[in-house]
Amino acid sequence: MTADPRPVVPLDPSLAPPGTRAFRDAGGIPADRWRADQDGETLVPTHCCFCGVQCGMYLRVDRGGKVFGVEPRNHDINRMRLCPKGINAYQQVNHPDRLTAPLMRRSRDEVFREVSWDEALDFTVSEIKRIQQAHGNDAFGLLGGASLFSEKTYLVGKFARVALKSRHVDYNGRLCMVSAAGANKLAFGIDRAGNPFSDCLLTDCLLIAGSNVGECFPVMTQYVWGARDRGASLIVVDPRETAIARTADIHVALKPGTDSAFFTSVLNVVVEEGLTDEAYLAAHATGWEEVRAKAAEYPPSRAAEICGVPAEQIVQVARTFARAPKAMAWHARGIEHHSQGVENCLAVINLCAATGHIGKPGAGYGTITGQGNGQGGREHGQKADLLPGGRSIMNEEHRRQICEIWGIEESELPPAGTSMMEMVWQMQRREIRGLIGICNNPFVSLPNYRVVKEGYDATEFHAQFDFFLSETAANAHVVLPVTTWAEDEGVMANAEARVVKHNKAQDAPPGVRTDTWVMCELARRLGAGDKFAFADSRAVFDELRIASAGTVNDYYGITYERLEETGGIAWPCPSTDHPGTPRLFEDGRTYHPDGKIHLQVVEWHPPMDPYDDEHPMSLTTGRTVAHFLSGNQTRRLGALVEQTPRPWAEVHPSHGFRNGEPVRVITRRGSEVFPALVTEAIRPDTVFIPYHWPVPTAANALTIDALDPRSKIPEYKVCACRIEHAEKIDEVPAPPVAPGQVAYPEAQVSRTDPLPPTAPQGRGTSERS
Amino acid sequence: MMGRTIFIDPGRCIGCQACVSACRECDSHRGKSMIHLDYTDEGHSVASLPTVCMHCEDPVAPCAEVCPADAILVTADGVVQQADTTRCIGCANCVNACPFGVPKIDLQAKLQMKCNLCYDRTAYGLAPMCATVCPTGALFYGTAEELQAERPGVQIADTFTFGETEVRTGVAMVVPADKVRWPVPGGLPVVEINGKDVRR
Ligand code: SF4
Ligand code: SF4
Repeated sequence: MTADPRPVVPLDPSLAPPGTRAFRDAGGIPADRWRADQDGETLVPTHCCFCGVQCGMYLRVDRGGKVFGVEPRNHDINRMRLCPKGINAYQQVNHPDRLTAPLMRRSRDEVFREVSWDEALDFTVSEIKRIQQAHGNDAFGLLGGASLFSEKTYLVGKFARVALKSRHVDYNGRLCMVSAAGANKLAFGIDRAGNPFSDCLLTDCLLIAGSNVGECFPVMTQYVWGARDRGASLIVVDPRETAIARTADIHVALKPGTDSAFFTSVLNVVVEEGLTDEAYLAAHATGWEEVRAKAAEYPPSRAAEICGVPAEQIVQVARTFARAPKAMAWHARGIEHHSQGVENCLAVINLCAATGHIGKPGAGYGTITGQGNGQGGREHGQKADLLPGGRSIMNEEHRRQICEIWGIEESELPPAGTSMMEMVWQMQRREIRGLIGICNNPFVSLPNYRVVKEGYDATEFHAQFDFFLSETAANAHVVLPVTTWAEDEGVMANAEARVVKHNKAQDAPPGVRTDTWVMCELARRLGAGDKFAFADSRAVFDELRIASAGTVNDYYGITYERLEETGGIAWPCPSTDHPGTPRLFEDGRTYHPDGKIHLQVVEWHPPMDPYDDEHPMSLTTGRTVAHFLSGNQTRRLGALVEQTPRPWAEVHPSHGFRNGEPVRVITRRGSEVFPALVTEAIRPDTVFIPYHWPVPTAANALTIDALDPRSKIPEYKVCACRIEHAEKIDEVPAPPVAPGQVAYPEAQVSRTDPLPPTAPQGRGTSERS
Repeated sequence: MMGRTIFIDPGRCIGCQACVSACRECDSHRGKSMIHLDYTDEGHSVASLPTVCMHCEDPVAPCAEVCPADAILVTADGVVQQADTTRCIGCANCVNACPFGVPKIDLQAKLQMKCNLCYDRTAYGLAPMCATVCPTGALFYGTAEELQAERPGVQIADTFTFGETEVRTGVAMVVPADKVRWPVPGGLPVVEINGKDVRR
């Protein structure tokens, strides 16, 4: 591995926000006077490692070359703003829980011991060979992650197909936005948001469906409030009254799992009231007759009953959205995490298209990615059915193109594999007997924990790449310690499909390797070294660019140098003088060969977990602002732990609970006890639990592993449940501890005063002392 | 009111506590946050409200006035500083005097700590950490004109009554504008984003 040149910016007051201009003009003060106690500090420009906003930030690096703080950065996306996760992210870089040597054990009865890289890799390779010789290549699988840089996700796909020669590769973005991806692909032939965030500032009506922007994409709120400042209407569709819904013109608190009925009914009103843009539809869409006929079956009276909202509200939404000169719809997991996730997204697209709100400044649609590289993570072949450049692994032509670039015979390229949840079912059935996991934590993030545990326990060999010992890594035979985002360079694509570059801020601790190095080294030991002769991320990126050239997901014109100059380029970007494509369809053409929007008929069906007398309520799950996904990273950072120390069950006052009382939530998969957060901000027939914690306080021990038949996304957002009074609240488990490491080290946690004993369990605590 | 100051706009706050985390990163009191975040109507709404030091102007900083050790300095530009570590005796008089409940006492260190408007940053033309990062603009740093240019129609309140007493502050609260209801006649007044003319 060659050391990357570290891009450094000397600490300089001119890096400050607009207010600093006066200071500079006045002659300034030498950079080293700005913080005398941090003389010699450098600021490395990079981006937050967490969500799909990808806020720009500087990491503060001390004279010893160690990251020790954060400084806001005036990047286009976030203009200095950061959420608490972004502010605290730097603390994980030199966290005492970091894994710094490979851990290994031959069976799950043994304890881990620290071993050399050679021993860990040799054991891994011998297990891969043993399993594949006995049970075939497809008996070994690979699960990647959408927090990896795009270079690494490209390598994951190539490694599985070329080095492992297995069809079984998928990634945790499967749990994120694949429903939207599928819908966008069907309708537009391209899988990304149509407009940049900044288009919110140009719109007259903003519709946000199933996205708790305030908690999940806090920095995007500035665009929502910016739209409000300029007089735009705000429509929020969400079973809970979130911070955004609180000030919306219309808050549609519909029953979980009824979104497609709602949006089709809105379309019904649009048609009935003659608010469709027939000229636009005639010129730019196919399938409108069928869609209109289906919409006629969803009058507001029927949808009101399905969705549990007043019919007048449906009419109001239709008029507000359709009559606005320019309107935009953003959606996220709230409508995507369903067994009808693709339909839900298609219903929103049908509405945008029918009203002509597509492809204009301030008019269009977008999906908000959860993970930092949720967008880029699937573009280059990490997904079971995709090859680099978004090519289909089922398409002869696409297969041929990639085999040429990879230098393999087409017969050697495996067919499509199965999705992440299906792979776990296959592990349960012992069809997949060995697994490598990279940057994912399914023990917390997959639904129906019991099934996940059974699947993983049934594997004969399990290796995991991670920088902290996650709940899933604690189940492995081999744990390989890899770098954090601050110790390597690479690109990610944010929710706007804007590719941004992360820079290296410090060297990896001794004993820690980059994921790139580990995958290349494993490939070498598996006999495919010539196909994996990559020195670093840049070398991988250059191959990725070529592999994507000429496809819809064209990265060819994006180079590291250009990214550093511009602060980000949206793909497609076919040549090095192309400015990128921040907004799609401006010329009225989609990416289908006929250039049209292919509208799809949507039919609502009830959620997969039926309600009955024993389970009359809906359980729905989501995020809190202080934690990120499975919490493996954020549950170790003191300030974030204090802000939201534990999960809770949000219930309506009509159930007779007092705040903080133990409430047992029971589904067909199990039951758990949480403190109640009693609030009128939720529907009486719905319970909400945030999902960042493992058992025994894991929302995902209760959720159902039903999948959308097309996108194979699990139905996290609705299952049948009931609630009861309980005796005592389940303890929150600490993260697993590796030998020689400490979890929740004193130094990282007690940076502030201890919590008052009566601290509310839910939305964090006031800091009043 | 000072020239550039903090404006608190509770209508925008999403309770994310980025301000609280950012405040901990300030070099003058690293590891401790001087911001309170209150949930004003818990159980009914998710509304939240950040409180920073209001930097009282008239009467001049009650906390500083009652300090027996003269530990709280008010600078010429109206910033009420946190207690001078060499003078503070940790008596908590300031805590009792403050009408907004802002100063905190570190009992072990016998030291008062409070928001000093990130004097280490503002003195150099930077915005305070909290207002820099606040994702929603619920904490805004700038002049009243800059605020109103960004949020047309908003009003500002910098005078508060406590019984008989009126307090005028250096930090101000934002009172929401009357909502402009759809349809917006003639479209929207946005002309520029990121320095580019975006009218079509
Ligand atoms: S988690 Fe998302 S919103 Fe928060 S700082 Fe990181 S990128 Fe920005
Ligand atoms: S950072 Fe801003 S939005 Fe978040 S809690 Fe503080 S004031 Fe509210």
